[in-house]
Amino acid sequence: MTRDTQDTVRNPLLSFSRALSAVVWKDLSAEMRSRELLSAMLVFALLVILIFNFALDLDPKTRQESTITAGVLWVIFTFAGTLGLNRSMAVEKDRGCIDGLLLAPVDRSAIYFGKTIANLVFMLIVEIIVLPIYSLLYNVNLFQPGLLLVTLLGSVGYVAVGTLLATMAVQARTRDVLLPILLFPVVLPIVLGAVKASGGFLDGIEMAEIRPWLNLLVVYDIIFIAIAFMVFDFVVEE
Amino acid sequence: MIEVHRLIKRFSLKTVLRGLDFHVERGEFVALLGPNGAGKTTFLRILASLSRPSLGEVRIAGFRLPGQAAAVRRRLGVVSHLPLLYGDLTAEENLRFYGRMYSVPDLDGRVTEVLEMVGLASRRRDLVRTFSRGMQQRLAIGRAVLHDPDVMLFDEPHTGLDQDASAMLDTVLSEVAARGRTVVMTSHDLARAADLASRFDILSRGVIAASVQRADIAANDLLAFYRQATQEA
Amino acid sequence: MQTKPRLLTVLDFVTAALFVLATGMVFFYAPLEAVMGQVQRVFYFHVAAGWVGMLSFLVAAIAGVVYLTSTNRKWDIVSLSAIEIGIVFAFINIVSGSIWARPIWNTWWTWDPRLTTATVMELIYAAYLMLRQGIEDPDRRARFGAVYAIVGFVSVPLTFFSARLFRTIHPIVIGTNEAGAEGDFDMTPMMLQTFMFSLLTFTFIFADLLWHRIRVGRLADKVEQLRLKTIE
Repeated sequence: MTRDTQDTVRNPLLSFSRALSAVVWKDLSAEMRSRELLSAMLVFALLVILIFNFALDLDPKTRQESTITAGVLWVIFTFAGTLGLNRSMAVEKDRGCIDGLLLAPVDRSAIYFGKTIANLVFMLIVEIIVLPIYSLLYNVNLFQPGLLLVTLLGSVGYVAVGTLLATMAVQARTRDVLLPILLFPVVLPIVLGAVKASGGFLDGIEMAEIRPWLNLLVVYDIIFIAIAFMVFDFVVEE
Repeated sequence: MIEVHRLIKRFSLKTVLRGLDFHVERGEFVALLGPNGAGKTTFLRILASLSRPSLGEVRIAGFRLPGQAAAVRRRLGVVSHLPLLYGDLTAEENLRFYGRMYSVPDLDGRVTEVLEMVGLASRRRDLVRTFSRGMQQRLAIGRAVLHDPDVMLFDEPHTGLDQDASAMLDTVLSEVAARGRTVVMTSHDLARAADLASRFDILSRGVIAASVQRADIAANDLLAFYRQATQEA
Repeated sequence: MQTKPRLLTVLDFVTAALFVLATGMVFFYAPLEAVMGQVQRVFYFHVAAGWVGMLSFLVAAIAGVVYLTSTNRKWDIVSLSAIEIGIVFAFINIVSGSIWARPIWNTWWTWDPRLTTATVMELIYAAYLMLRQGIEDPDRRARFGAVYAIVGFVSVPLTFFSARLFRTIHPIVIGTNEAGAEGDFDMTPMMLQTFMFSLLTFTFIFADLLWHRIRVGRLADKVEQLRLKTIE
């Protein structure tokens, strides 16, 4: 036995973090090359902005009601998010790569957290691009620390549940339609909390009134990361 | 090296493996033959730790499944009919990724070594997506031997390959097998199996119906032997 | 397995008798509510149906946990059966609530936390059925079903809390009422007795239906097994 493998036998945390970062690195470098997932999410996001512009008659000259801004943003994020999640898990399923991951001597949660972190990065990239575009188009400043915090908290919970459910959805016959149906009713608290909290920050209302919503987002994130961590094994193993 | 005792695999509505016994010594190359639906893939997935046995004992290199799965996985290399590679990564990146999953020491050196062994050193920086099926399958073998496993499982490795690609694959397979490794391969191609294996086991209706050493049978008689075993059971 | 258990037959009769009695109590024993009038009588079965809905989904989530730890197929059937029953009773709950709300709130529907949660719950369990339908392999179907029954059930209180942060007009039956809840009333002892008896009756209905549904599920499994055997 070489020194290196002895290391990992003695220190499971080391092999866990190594496997986790390998999964994240693999997803990011594959995406940086093909840009399939990000470009699909971004084009979709812009199309949603376009549709809302006419459907809700949004006018950049008059200042929008902040709930509408927050609502439109979160509709974009949730819908674009399902595109990304579906694609990210379909890559694993279609070429049987999920078996390749499962054959490795690493804890299954390293795979779950690796995929979740990669999906979170994709989602944040889309958000970082959509926010300035929306700011520009509708003449609102969306680059406020509070709003960015809400976006982060909301995305964490969304991706934590989304990665778990997408892993199930891609293994079903009806997979393309299934993910949003499974995901949306379960992430409703995230959407509600994120819309309310971002609306609050945009209106500049007191922190005391926003805090319950932030608490809700944090509690949701913790609960669902914990549950996904516990049940992920059953979603990938036979 | 592999010891399976009275293995039963029940799915909720049907039983696929019915008290299967199977022993493989170190260095043996066993071809597992059988008709479709006999349970070959199910059995191999259990050996690969991808599926749990319902009952019975499975030991690989002395470690029990599913209890000591991590120890088994570290000693196991699997080549399936899917390459288990990422199309948007290069050959080298794919190997580096799996190498990190297995905590392979001196990864750079090992990746180069493996790429040369499977004859893809010149294509190391090309995307796997651009590879032919045969090249992908050879790289898949490279992926499977990266961490220098003691036991290798091949699940229908020739699926979808033409004659030339199959022949090239055989060269790599036998090279991999030659280093004292223990190999179990499923196949329904008797001719291919006859070239590679040192022992032939026939899986039929959930049990090993017959087993014969290569030394004890002429290549021409293999088909008759197979037919007899699958019908008897 | 094939013959119906004696106890189940007894349970059938007890449940039927309780239901007749409860219906009688709702209409003849419970006094007429002064402000709302006859429509208030919907309340007894409305809350009882909601209770059975929640109870079913709780049973389904617990059965899901037990299935994942034991992989005994029996628990998958329990989970599915409970959810099917839950969907029906949650629907009865929503419809009866609308009938009550029309004269009292002057609308069939509002986006009050309880109504929102009830709707989301129906959607979650409809999604559960669709998930099962999309998966051929029965073992995988059972595992995924169990996972989703757990995830869905845990999200329900969070949905309720998030919707609760909006102002509510729904009366709270047990516990203190916020000012402004329309259609609130104080229960007389006879109303309370009728209410409790309805809850008991509906719990019996739940148990009876669950037992029947589980039997059907196991028989269906047996049929499928025999079918596979003849194919071989």
